[in-house]
Amino acid sequence: MTDSNTSLSHLDLETPEKPFLDANELVINMGPQHPATHGVLRVILRLDGEKVLGLECVIGYLHRGVEKIGEHRTYTMFNPYVDRMDYVAAVSNGLGYCETVERLLNVEAPPRAQHVRVILTELNRIASHQLWLGTHALDIGAITPLFYTFRDREEILKIYEKYCGARLTTHAFRIGGLQYETYTGFEKEVKNFLTFFRPKIDEYEELLTTNRIWVERTKNVGTISAEDCIALGVTGPVLRASGVKWDLRKAQPYANYKNFDFEIPTGQNGDTYDRYLVRMAEMRQSVRIIQQAVDALPEGPIMAKVPKVMKPPAGEVYHSIEAPKGELGYFIVSDGSTQPYRLRVRPPSFVNLQALDVMCRGQLVADVVAVIGTLDIVLGEVDR
Amino acid sequence: MHEIIQYIESYLTSDKTPGAAGNMFWALVYIMLVFAGLSVAVIAMNWLERKILAHMQVRLGPMRVGPHGLLQPIADAIKLLLKEDIMPAEADGFVFWMAPLIVVLAAFTVFVVVPFGPTHAITDMNIGILFMLGVSSLSVLGIVMAGWASNSHYPLIGALRSSAQMVSYEVAMGLAVVSAILMTSLNAEGTGTLSMIGIVQAQQAQGEWFIFKFFPLGLIAFFIFAVAMVAETNRAPFDLAEAESELTAGFHTEYSGFRWSLFFLAEYSAMIAVSSIAVTLWLGGWLRPFPNLLSGSTWDLLFSLFPGVTFLLFAAICFYNTARMPKHPLFRIQTIGLAGFGAVLGVIGLVLFVPAVSVRVQDIFWFSTKVAGFMYLYIWYRGTFPRYRFDQLMRMGWKVLLPMGLGVLILTASVALLQQKIWHP
Amino acid sequence: MAPVATPFFFYLLSGIMLIGGILVITRKNPVHSALALIVTLLAQASIYLMLYAPFVAGVQIILYAGGIMVLFLFVIMLVSIERSMKERQFNSQWVVGMSAATALGGLFIAVYTKGKDIFPDHALSMVEDDNTQKVATMLYGQYMFAFEIASLLLLVAIIGAVVMAKKRI
Repeated sequence: MTDSNTSLSHLDLETPEKPFLDANELVINMGPQHPATHGVLRVILRLDGEKVLGLECVIGYLHRGVEKIGEHRTYTMFNPYVDRMDYVAAVSNGLGYCETVERLLNVEAPPRAQHVRVILTELNRIASHQLWLGTHALDIGAITPLFYTFRDREEILKIYEKYCGARLTTHAFRIGGLQYETYTGFEKEVKNFLTFFRPKIDEYEELLTTNRIWVERTKNVGTISAEDCIALGVTGPVLRASGVKWDLRKAQPYANYKNFDFEIPTGQNGDTYDRYLVRMAEMRQSVRIIQQAVDALPEGPIMAKVPKVMKPPAGEVYHSIEAPKGELGYFIVSDGSTQPYRLRVRPPSFVNLQALDVMCRGQLVADVVAVIGTLDIVLGEVDR
Repeated sequence: MHEIIQYIESYLTSDKTPGAAGNMFWALVYIMLVFAGLSVAVIAMNWLERKILAHMQVRLGPMRVGPHGLLQPIADAIKLLLKEDIMPAEADGFVFWMAPLIVVLAAFTVFVVVPFGPTHAITDMNIGILFMLGVSSLSVLGIVMAGWASNSHYPLIGALRSSAQMVSYEVAMGLAVVSAILMTSLNAEGTGTLSMIGIVQAQQAQGEWFIFKFFPLGLIAFFIFAVAMVAETNRAPFDLAEAESELTAGFHTEYSGFRWSLFFLAEYSAMIAVSSIAVTLWLGGWLRPFPNLLSGSTWDLLFSLFPGVTFLLFAAICFYNTARMPKHPLFRIQTIGLAGFGAVLGVIGLVLFVPAVSVRVQDIFWFSTKVAGFMYLYIWYRGTFPRYRFDQLMRMGWKVLLPMGLGVLILTASVALLQQKIWHP
Repeated sequence: MAPVATPFFFYLLSGIMLIGGILVITRKNPVHSALALIVTLLAQASIYLMLYAPFVAGVQIILYAGGIMVLFLFVIMLVSIERSMKERQFNSQWVVGMSAATALGGLFIAVYTKGKDIFPDHALSMVEDDNTQKVATMLYGQYMFAFEIASLLLLVAIIGAVVMAKKRI
C-alpha cells in the first residue's frame, strides 16, 4: 500500500453537492426507529427530490461502554461481553478475544480445540451471511428469501445450542481452548448440515442472482473503488468486492486456517451486486473449510495449560481476525494485573459504516436502504 | 305473493341488464349484490393472500382464529373498527377526511359496468371501458389528497410517487386497451365498441379471445396491460408508494383504524377492477374456455358442471382437513366449524348442479375464476420479486411499455386493415 | 333508456358547478381551490352525460379531473402554501371590476333577448348509442386536418417543455 492510495483528499466529504435547479433541499431523518436501518442507526439525509446529496450517520443509541467494562473485569469475566457486540456473529467475537488474550499469555490452544473453533466460527460466518442476505433482500423488497435463510440458519443455531447451550450469545470458547468437549454426534450433525446446506445456497441464488429486478436494483449501486475502500479502512466482503484480495485468514493466518484449502472470492466493480456475489461465494468457501476441518478433526486435549488467575505479563498486543463483516481487531494493554489496563475493539461494522456517505452520494433514497443492507452492519458492534 | 314470484321469475329470465331495462329496483338489488360480493371477495382475498404467501415462505400463516385462520379477516376487521381514529394535529381535516372516501368511491363505482355475464352487469354503457379507466383514475386524487393532508414528509413523498406512477402507467395501459378495442371493429359493419358487454360479444362473434388474436400482437398488448395494471394498483414489485423499508407505509402512513381499512378495501377492489378489465378485454370475459372449438350440447353440459364440481372440491378439501384436525377437546369447536363450512360449500356445490341455476350462474363462475387467476398472480409476484426503484419504474413505463404499446397499436391497425382490404375484401 | 335529463338534475348539477366555481376563487388555500375545481369539472361531465354525449363526459373525467387536475395539485402541493395563505384574496379595484362585470352581464342579456331564435325551444332528440362512433367519424373524417394540427402543436409543446426543463439532453 502506497501513501497515495490512503489519501482521502479526492473524496471531499466536507462540501455538499449543489441541488439541481437550486431547488429546496429536503432534509429527511431516517431512523433511529426505521425498519431499514438495521437497528438504531440514525441517518440524516439531504435530498434533492429523491437524489441523495449527502448524509450523516448519527450513532451511539446502543452504546453500552463495552470497552470500559473490559477495564473493570478480569480477562475471563470479560469473555461473555464480546458476544454482545456483533450478536449475530458471537462466535467470531469470542475467537478474536480468546486468541488475543492467548497471545498476551503466550499460550496456544491445542489442535483439537483449534479445529472445533474453526468449525464453529465458519458456521457462524454462514449464519451471519444468511441473516445479511435475508434482511438485505427484504430491504430491497424481496420478502421471501428472509424466511428461507432463517429456516436454514436454525440448523446452525441448533448445533450451537447442543454444543454450549446458547443459540445467539454463545460464549463458546475459553481462553486457552474450549470449555466443553464436543457432544456425541457433533461431527455427524455438522456433516449432515453441510449436505443439507449446499443445495440451499443454490436455492437462494435461484431466487435472486438472475432476477432482473434484483440485478437492476444492485448493479452499479453503492459503488466504491478499491482506493476509497483502503483509504476509509473498509474491510471484509465490501473490500473484497472492490477487487482487493485481502482476507486475514490468508494474509495473517490465525487459528489453524493455514491448514485448510480455500479461496478468497473477489469482485471487480465494488457495487452491491458484487458484494452479494462475494458473500454467496464466501458461504460456499466456508462450507469447504468446515468439510475439511470436520474430516480431519484430531483427537486430544481441548484446553491448554492456563493459570486459574490470569495475570499476563505487562505489555500490549493487537490481534485481528476475519470476522464475517471484516477485520475484527482487539488491542489489549496489560499492566500485569488481572484486568486489562486498556481494551480497545476495532469493529468492522463501525469502520465500514464510514463508507456509507461515499457510497450513497448521487444515488437515490431507495439505494440508501440497499447500501445500508449491503454494508452488513450490526449496531451492537458499531456502538459497542 | 304469486305476483312477486312471477316478477322475480320474469326478471331472472330476462336478457337485459337492469340498466338497459331501465329497472331501478333491480339495479339497486344488483348494486347491493355486487357490493356485498366485492366485500366478501376482499375478505377472502385477505385470508388467501396471507395463507398463500405464508406457504410460499415455508410458514403456516394465520392458524389461531378459526380453523386454519379462516376467521382471521373478520377478527382483523373488528380490530380495525375498534381502533382509535387518529388525525395528526397539523393535518388538513376536511381533505384528510375526504381522501379515503374518494379512493373507495372510485374503486367501487367502476363495478357499475363490469360484465359478470351477458345480463349480469348493473348496466352497460356505451363508453364502458372509458368509464372504467376514467373513474379508476380518479383514485389518484384521493391518494394525492391523503398524502398532502397528512402534513408529513413520508406520506407526501409516497403520494407523489404513487400518483406519478399511476399517471404514467395509465398511458401505456390506455394504448394496450385501444389496441384491444381496435380488434372489436373487425366485423362486417366495421364499427367497434367501447361497451364492456360489446367487447366480450365481439370476441364471441369472432370466435377468438383477443389474447390470441393476430398472434402475438394480442398477447403483447395483454402483457403490457398485465404489467401496467400491477403498477396502477401499487402492488409488488411496483409497490414503491408503500415501500416499508423506505417510506414506512407511503401515503396512508398517518391513517389508522377505519380510514386505513378504507384504503385497504379500495386497494383490493381496485385490483379486482383492473383484473376484470384484463379478463373482459383479452380473456373472453364470461365466456367459458373453448366455446367454439368444443361446442355442442355435450360440451356445454360438461362445462356447466364446472361450478358445482369446484365447490364440491373446496368442500372435499374442508372435510379432508377436518379429518386432520388434532383430536383434542380444545380443537372441537374449530373442527365442527370447519366441517360446517365444508358442508355449506358442499350444499352450494350441489345447488349449482341444478340446470336452471347453473345456466344463470356459470357466466359469473367463469368470470370470477379468471379474475381469481389474476389475484393469485398478484400474490405470486409479491412473494417472488424485489421492488423496483423509482427511476427504473419510470424508465420501464415510458421507455419500454409505451413504445411497445404504440408499436402494437400501429401493427394491430395495419394487420386489421390488411385483413379487411386484401385477404377478405 | 328512461330519460335522466330532467330539470331537477340540471338545476342540481348547475348549482354544484356554481358553488364549486365560487369556492375556487374564494378559498385561500390553493389545494382547496383545486379540489373545488375538480368538483366543478365532474359536475360538468355529468351535464355532458345529460346531453347524451357520454364520450365527451368520459374524456372530461379522464383528461381534466384525472389528468390535468392531478398535475395542478402536484405543483400546488410542492410550493409553499404558508405564503399564499397570508396573501390577500381580493384587490380593491372596484371600478374596473364592476365595469367588467356589467359589460359581461349586458352581453349575456343581449344575447339572450336578441338571439332567442338561435336556441332550440325544445330538447333535441339525440341517440346515445352511436354517439361515440359519430365523434370518431367527425374527428377522423371531416376534421382530420384540424385534429392532426392540434396533435402536432401538443408535440411541439412537449418537446419545448423537455428542452426547457432539462439542463442537457
